[in-house]
Amino acid sequence: MNASASTSAVPGWFLDNAYLIPLIPAIAFVAILAVGKRIPDLRVGRFTVPGGGSLIGIASMVGSLVLAAGAALQWIDYADGHSYTAPIRRTWVWWQSGGIEIGLGQQIDGLSVMALLLVAFISTLVQIYSLEYLKGDRRYTHFFAALTLFSSGMLVMVLAENMVQLILGWELMGLCSFMLIGHWWEDGANSRASLKAFFTVRTGDVGLLVGTAIVALSAQKWINANGLQDQYSGFSIEAISRWALAGDPQYKSVITWGAVALFIAAIGKSGQFPLHTWLPDAMAGPTPVSSLLHSSTMVVAGVFLVARIYPVFFEGLRILDTDVNFIAVIGGVTIIVAALLAFVQTDIKKVLAYSTVSQLGYMMMGLGVGAWTPAVFHIWTHAFFKCCLFLCAGSVAHSGSHHSFDMKKDMGGLARKMPVTFVCWVVSSMALAGVPFFAGWYSKDEIIDFAGANQYWWFFGIGIAGAFLTTAYMTRATYLTFLGKPRGAAAGIHEDSHGDAHAAHGAADAHAAHDTHDSHDDHGAHAGPHESPWLIKAPIAILAVLSIAAGLLNAPALNIFKFEEWVEPKAEPVLLDTGYASEGTGDYPESSKEAHSEGAARSALVSAGEEPAEGEKKKPGYPNGRIEEGKLTGKCGTPGYVPPEGKACYAPGILHHKFKWVKALPALAAVVIGLLLSAAFCVLYYQRRNRRLVGLTERNALARAGYKFLWNKYYLDHLYEKVIVRGVAHPLARAMYWVNQNILDGIVNGAGRTGRKVGEITYKVVDQGLVDGVVNGSGAAARGTGSALRPTQSGKVSQYGALLFAAAALAALILVLVNS
Amino acid sequence: MLVNQFLLLGAVLFAIGVYGVIARKNAVLVLMSIELILNAVNMNLIAFALRNGGDAAGHTFALYIIAVAAAEVGVGLALVLLVYRNRRSIALDELSEMKG
Repeated sequence: MNASASTSAVPGWFLDNAYLIPLIPAIAFVAILAVGKRIPDLRVGRFTVPGGGSLIGIASMVGSLVLAAGAALQWIDYADGHSYTAPIRRTWVWWQSGGIEIGLGQQIDGLSVMALLLVAFISTLVQIYSLEYLKGDRRYTHFFAALTLFSSGMLVMVLAENMVQLILGWELMGLCSFMLIGHWWEDGANSRASLKAFFTVRTGDVGLLVGTAIVALSAQKWINANGLQDQYSGFSIEAISRWALAGDPQYKSVITWGAVALFIAAIGKSGQFPLHTWLPDAMAGPTPVSSLLHSSTMVVAGVFLVARIYPVFFEGLRILDTDVNFIAVIGGVTIIVAALLAFVQTDIKKVLAYSTVSQLGYMMMGLGVGAWTPAVFHIWTHAFFKCCLFLCAGSVAHSGSHHSFDMKKDMGGLARKMPVTFVCWVVSSMALAGVPFFAGWYSKDEIIDFAGANQYWWFFGIGIAGAFLTTAYMTRATYLTFLGKPRGAAAGIHEDSHGDAHAAHGAADAHAAHDTHDSHDDHGAHAGPHESPWLIKAPIAILAVLSIAAGLLNAPALNIFKFEEWVEPKAEPVLLDTGYASEGTGDYPESSKEAHSEGAARSALVSAGEEPAEGEKKKPGYPNGRIEEGKLTGKCGTPGYVPPEGKACYAPGILHHKFKWVKALPALAAVVIGLLLSAAFCVLYYQRRNRRLVGLTERNALARAGYKFLWNKYYLDHLYEKVIVRGVAHPLARAMYWVNQNILDGIVNGAGRTGRKVGEITYKVVDQGLVDGVVNGSGAAARGTGSALRPTQSGKVSQYGALLFAAAALAALILVLVNS
Repeated sequence: MLVNQFLLLGAVLFAIGVYGVIARKNAVLVLMSIELILNAVNMNLIAFALRNGGDAAGHTFALYIIAVAAAEVGVGLALVLLVYRNRRSIALDELSEMKG
C-alpha cells in the first residue's frame, strides 16, 4: 500500500482515515450475514435486546457516524482557516493492467464530508426505526445486512477519489436497492418492482460507463501532455475536473459528449423525467428502505454525480453561457411532471415518491442554472425532511391504518390519535413546501432565486410553479391522512382488502411483516389507531427538529452562510469581496448585467493572485465568480484563465446573489396560494362532497382526459412496456420466426435436395472410382509402415530411452550445424 | 573463470546419466541416473550464470530444478515400490506389457 502524497498537509486524523467510514459498514455486512442468525433476542429486565444481527448494523452505522462527525469538524476547522482548499486526496493502488492504474482512495472536500455525515446520520436513524418496524420479519437479518451494505455503497461513492470507485459504490447501491425493494419477493408485484428499478437504472448506467470511458481517456491524454502523471490517473475526479476547466479547445466536443453520457446515468439513478418511472414502484419495499432510498442515498447519487464532476457539465453543456441547457431542461420538466402526478395518487408513499422525484428535479435544475451551492444544500435539507415524511408514513401504516398505505380508504382523522407523528409530518411538510424559516425554504428559494438571477427566466417560472404544486399536493396528503373523518382501518374497521389491485403494496408491506408478528404487542387486540412506540417516534422527532434546524446552516435571510463557506469548493485564492453586499449587485428585477459588471470591476481591483495570510479568517463573501454580459469572466472556467503557481482550477466559479425579501415574494405567494386552494378543495371535495366538484371527471371531458392522462402516468409505462419492449421485442421475435420458417428452412431444404443429387453423382464417379482406390492404397501403405516400425515398439523402457536420447542428440547436432 | 571446466563436468555427468538410464535394468539405478542428468543441467545453469556475472536467474533455476527433482524422486520411488509389490522384481526389461 503506497499512499500518494496529498496536495496539502493533512489536517487531522479523521480526515486522514476517512476510508474507515465506508469500511466499517462493509465489514458489518459480512459479520451480519455470518453470525446474525445465530444471535438470539436477549431479555434484560423489561427491555428486549434485539438479536438477529440488527445491532451489528446499528453499531457500525453509529461508528461511521462518529467518524464522519469527527471528519466534518476537522474539515470545518480546515476550511475556515484557508482561503484556498484543494481536495485532500489519498489513494492506494487497487489493480494495474496494461499501464492503467486503478486506485481506491478518498477525496475529502466539502461536498464529500457533507454527504458522509448526511448518509451516516440518516442511515443510523433509519436502522433504529427498522428495529421496531421490521420486528419479527422473516428475513430480518438479511434486511439489516442489505441495509448496511447499501449505506456502505453510498459512502464508498461519496468518498470516491476516482470514477472507477464511484462506479463501484454506484453499482453496490443498485444491487442493494434491488435486494431491498424486493425484500418481500413472495409477492409478484414486489419482485417485478425490484426488477423494474434495477433495469431502469441499468439503462442509465450504460451512460455512466460510456461517459466515464470518454472522459477518463481524454483526461489521461491531457495529464500526459501536461506532465501530471505523478499526481493523477485519468480516472481521478480532480484530474477530470481540471481537464474540463482547462478549456483546451481540442477537447471541446469530447467534454460535451462525456457530459451528455454521464447525465443520462444521473437521469436513471435520480429518477429524472423519462426514466423516473421506477421510483414510485420502488415503494414496494419496506418503508424504512423507501425512506433511506429517497432521502440521502441512491436517488441523490445522480445529483451527487453531477455536483461531483460539475466542471465537465459546466463546460460541456455551457452552463451560464447559453440560455437553456440539457440539465436544466430535464430538471425543470421533472419538477412539473412529477408534481402533477402526486395529485392523483391514493397511496401515501407514492405521493412522497413523486414528491422526491420533483425535488430531485429542483436539485438538477439548480445545477443546470449554475446554482451549485443551493442545489447541494437542497440535497442536505431535503434528506432530513423527506426521510421524516417517509418514516411518518411508515408510522401511520404501522400503528394507525393497519398496514395500509391507502389514504382514501384507510386513513383520515389520525391527527388526534397520533399527535407526535402528526406534528412531525406537518413540520417536515412545511419544510418540503418551502414555508419561510423551515429548512426546505432556504435551499429551494435559493435555487429559484439563482435561476432568476442567472437569467434563466423559464426555469425561474418553473421553480415557482413547482413550489405552488408542492404545497398543494402536500396539503392534500395531509388532509387525507390526518384530518377529516376516519375511514377504513383508521376508523377501526379491519376489512381484508388485499385482493384489491392498488392496495397490493400496502398489503404486501403489511402482511409479510404482520403474519410473523408473534408478539406484536399492540396489535393483539386490534385496538384501532394509536401512537407508535418510541423506537419509531424518536427518529421521527429528531428528523422533524432537523427539518427546521438543518436549514440554519445556510440562511441567506438571516445572513448565515456557513454551509457555503464549508462546502463550496474554494478552487482559487479568494479575497474577501466586500462589494457583494452593496446595493445593486445581483438584484435581478432591474437589468442585472450592468449591476454585475459593476461588481466585477470592483472585484477586479482586489484581483486574484495574492493569498491572504495563512489562518486569516475569511468573512462570508461571494468570491468565486463574476458575470459580465451573461458570461463568467475572470476566474476558473474562463478561457485563458491560468491559476497561480501551486494552485489548481478544479471547480468553476459560482456566482452568488444577495438575498432580498422582494425576490422571495413570488415563491412565497405561490406557497400561500397553493395552501389555500388545496385546503379549500379538500374541504369542499372530500368533506362536504360539493356537487359541482364531485364527479367532475365524469362530466367534464377535459377534466376526465387530464385525470386519465395523469392516472396513467403520462402513459410512460405503456410506452416502455407496451411500445418499446413489445414494439422492439415482439416484432423482432416475429420477424425472426418468419426468417426462420421461410428463408432458413428454404435454404436448409434446398440444401438437402441439392445435396442428395450431388451425392448420387458423387457416389458413382468419385466414390467408386477415386476414393476406393485411395482408401485401399492407404490401407496397404499403413500396413507396410506398420510392419516396418513394429520393432521400435518393443515395450522396453531402455530402448525408448535410447531412442529419445538419440533423437535429442541428433536435434542438438543439427542445431549446432545450422548455427555455426 | 572456469566456465569450460564446469561445462565439461556437466557434459560428463550427463553422459554417465544417459548411459545409466539406457543400460541399467534396475529401476532404482535408473532413477539415480536421471538425478545425474538433472544435476548436469544444474551445473550448466550455474556455469552460465557465472559467466553472465553471477546472474541470479541461473541460480534460481537451479534451485527450482532441485525442488522438482526431489518431488520426481518421491513419485518415482513410489512407482518402483508398487511395481516391486506387484511383481517381486524391479527389473525394467521385464515390464514390457501394457497391462498390470
